[in-house]
Amino acid sequence: MSDSTTKTVFSVCATCSVRCPIEVEVENDAVKHIWGNPHLMGGRHLCPRGTAQKATQMDTERVQHPMIRDGDRGSGKWKKASWDEALDYVADKLKDIRDTYGGESVVLGDRGGPFTDLHKTFIKALGSPNYFNQHATCSNSVHNAHNGMAGQRRNTVTYDWKNCNYAVLYSRNIIESLGTKEAKDFVDALERGMKFIYTDARWTYTAAKADRFFILRPGTEYALNLGLINVIVKEKLYDTEFVNDWVLGMKELMAFIEPYTPEWAEKETGVLAKEINTIAHELADAKPSVILHQGWMTARSPDDYYFRRSIYILYGLLGAYETPGGLLFNKNETHCGYKPLRKFVNLPPKVEKKRFDGIGWKYKHLSPDYGLGQMLPYAILNEDPYPVKAFICYRFDPLSSYPDPEAFKEGLMKLDLLVSVDINFSHIGWISDVILPESMYLERTDPVIVKGGPKPALWIRNQAVEPRYDSKPKWWIIKQLAERLGIGQYFPYNSIEELIAWQLEDMGFKLSDFDEKGYVELTPKQILFDRKTNLPFNTPSKKLEFVSSMLEENGIPSFPHYKSPAPPPEGNFRLITGKIAVHTQGTTLNNKYLNEIQSENRLWMNKDEANKLDIENNDLVEVSCNGVSQNVRAALTEYIHPEVVYTLHGYGREIPLQTRTYKKGMRDNIFMKGLLEVTVGGNCPIAECFVHVKKV
Amino acid sequence: MSNYYIYQDQKRCIGCNACEVHCKTKNDLPVGPAFCMIIPVGPKLIGGIPRINFVFMPCFHCETPWCVSACPTGAMQKRVKDGIVFVDSSLCVGCKSCITACPWGAPQWNAETGKVFKCDYCKDRIDEGLAPACVTGCTTAALRWVSPADSTRMRRKFFARTLADSKSF
Repeated sequence: MSDSTTKTVFSVCATCSVRCPIEVEVENDAVKHIWGNPHLMGGRHLCPRGTAQKATQMDTERVQHPMIRDGDRGSGKWKKASWDEALDYVADKLKDIRDTYGGESVVLGDRGGPFTDLHKTFIKALGSPNYFNQHATCSNSVHNAHNGMAGQRRNTVTYDWKNCNYAVLYSRNIIESLGTKEAKDFVDALERGMKFIYTDARWTYTAAKADRFFILRPGTEYALNLGLINVIVKEKLYDTEFVNDWVLGMKELMAFIEPYTPEWAEKETGVLAKEINTIAHELADAKPSVILHQGWMTARSPDDYYFRRSIYILYGLLGAYETPGGLLFNKNETHCGYKPLRKFVNLPPKVEKKRFDGIGWKYKHLSPDYGLGQMLPYAILNEDPYPVKAFICYRFDPLSSYPDPEAFKEGLMKLDLLVSVDINFSHIGWISDVILPESMYLERTDPVIVKGGPKPALWIRNQAVEPRYDSKPKWWIIKQLAERLGIGQYFPYNSIEELIAWQLEDMGFKLSDFDEKGYVELTPKQILFDRKTNLPFNTPSKKLEFVSSMLEENGIPSFPHYKSPAPPPEGNFRLITGKIAVHTQGTTLNNKYLNEIQSENRLWMNKDEANKLDIENNDLVEVSCNGVSQNVRAALTEYIHPEVVYTLHGYGREIPLQTRTYKKGMRDNIFMKGLLEVTVGGNCPIAECFVHVKKV
Repeated sequence: MSNYYIYQDQKRCIGCNACEVHCKTKNDLPVGPAFCMIIPVGPKLIGGIPRINFVFMPCFHCETPWCVSACPTGAMQKRVKDGIVFVDSSLCVGCKSCITACPWGAPQWNAETGKVFKCDYCKDRIDEGLAPACVTGCTTAALRWVSPADSTRMRRKFFARTLADSKSF
């Protein structure tokens, strides 16, 4: 690397929600290659989505300059705008809306994650409590389940794959729906001899590596867990010391679990009672070094919340918290003896208004961290609890990820202002009033983040190359809008260097500390809490509450009886969706390298069921539901539950400017009519979708 | 066979296609041609579980390459110092003899230039003491950059481990 035009930049990927640490090779201000950061990834390993972003950076089908709508919403008529014009347009509208209806009439949504401090600060400074993210169709149920039982968010724990001996993955397709480090750690564990059980409604690459694989009817993974809990409780296979120290509600659990014998679970799941017995004993033998994956995408069934609770109950019974090979609590700056990284969101005054989505007043047991985005169209249309007039959508596309985009869009069309900030075109961008093109992560520096974990660190997303088009970084866009709205004082910086200096001031670090490895270490080795005396369960009792005080206080039972999922109506199939390694959330489909590998989706069907309908492999079939129909190729397999059809999520995109993906394949979420619902876990029940299939 | 070998550990491979994408971005390939590919074969029921094999297909850099013998212009060459088989594109006339000759489909057609190009084990990286992009970027370290002698030793170890796995002791 002696050539003066060549450099290496450490940064953080922004392609999917994993956000892996990367090393970018740059030559003459062009990205030469994107690798994993070898200091954090044990090598330059990086998944295909991450490395393919070199092509997105060069892509002419990105948003190239600010755009203001020049026709009806969704007409595809745009005029090119300067940044001043676009920002003035947005700020003037926001001012009018705030003056007329109050700050709470503005809502901001994003993809969640650690890089959201400035988004949350902006909406709070406007006087609005209304921040939400994509998790209503992702991990709301598991997030809220852990919150209700442990008083801790879902992502306050890390899996210790390095030391795990036995794992259960419930539809967690860990090597296809993958994060680089986790997939590598998982494969390392397999090589070391870790055994794992995999359940799903269909075969996956993960299933192909399992020690035991069960094809289960969707929704019955909960029944399997009840059977396991039954054996572990009745045969006293649990970790008595851990349960005595930390668990509240054992008596109630024992009473509840009584009828859910392995024989009962066999009837519900098809997994033999003796297999369930064996797995329960194997879990007990391997305890506490066990991982029962809580799930990534957990927005499936109406009672998903109770299924996720059953996972945490098993963790409690097996004593698998804060122990090698189990769940490790994430530590932060203060555990390493530092003052916290400064957060901008602490600067504006607290907002006392109630939220648009009912959290805190209608849904007191659900967390405002993620919110309930599915309520947005109802709040807009019904002006309930008050008028909602503006939505700022930050690098997130609810019309792709949420069910029933038509219903969602109906609400959005009534807004006075709809703004999309994004790198790429999206379905919501296409109907927006203004699109503000953010510089791609390879072209911008973002604020520093704390990467929590057993060994926490500070990470930075560093600019590698100059922006290719007329785009701007997040810190600049938000500051510019804030100043126009008279709330610039909450963003006390004029450059990214000043911003980061402000963040780091109390900790005593500086920007150049990140140069060597792309991160700042806060502790030389991992920190473990004392399992006997010092576990940070943050419930009212400071215990792991099997009987959740948060639920009980709100009149919601901790142990409702199991409801068997209904079979599909005659002649219909339950539609389930999933991911593969080369794509994420539909946002990578237009990348030329990833598109080349998987440009269309197909409909997986059970071979015997397809034969009954005279459908053969690769036949064109019509999929229909609620008056919506689309054609797609069938992919027949014997390894899928007969009640189920499966497809890859995110296809069938309807944005003409994305030529590689335009109308390629089938769009899954338009079948999901009426599923913009709030279930007990706050998730949309997206697998409650039944479709009819026939040969074309 | 060149002095090098890419060993693929089937147990570690997850079929994620990262090798293909690292190859394509490193070599700035257009859509279509691929210097290496992962071909999933399966699922096939083994011991009650539907297993799959991900077959990694780069160029094998033969000791006696069919493609080099077939090339009428001398564009397809074997590098003397280490046996890497590569194309000197200034000599390629696009006759496709190498594509016809290669039993494994390694030479690729570049429609943009009307010439053949192929996997050269990232020889620029090799000359810097690095491994090829496919190996370096592999998500799970399933690909290893080794010598042919190392590869047979690894294969034996892998086989012995598999054998031991299937028996109780």
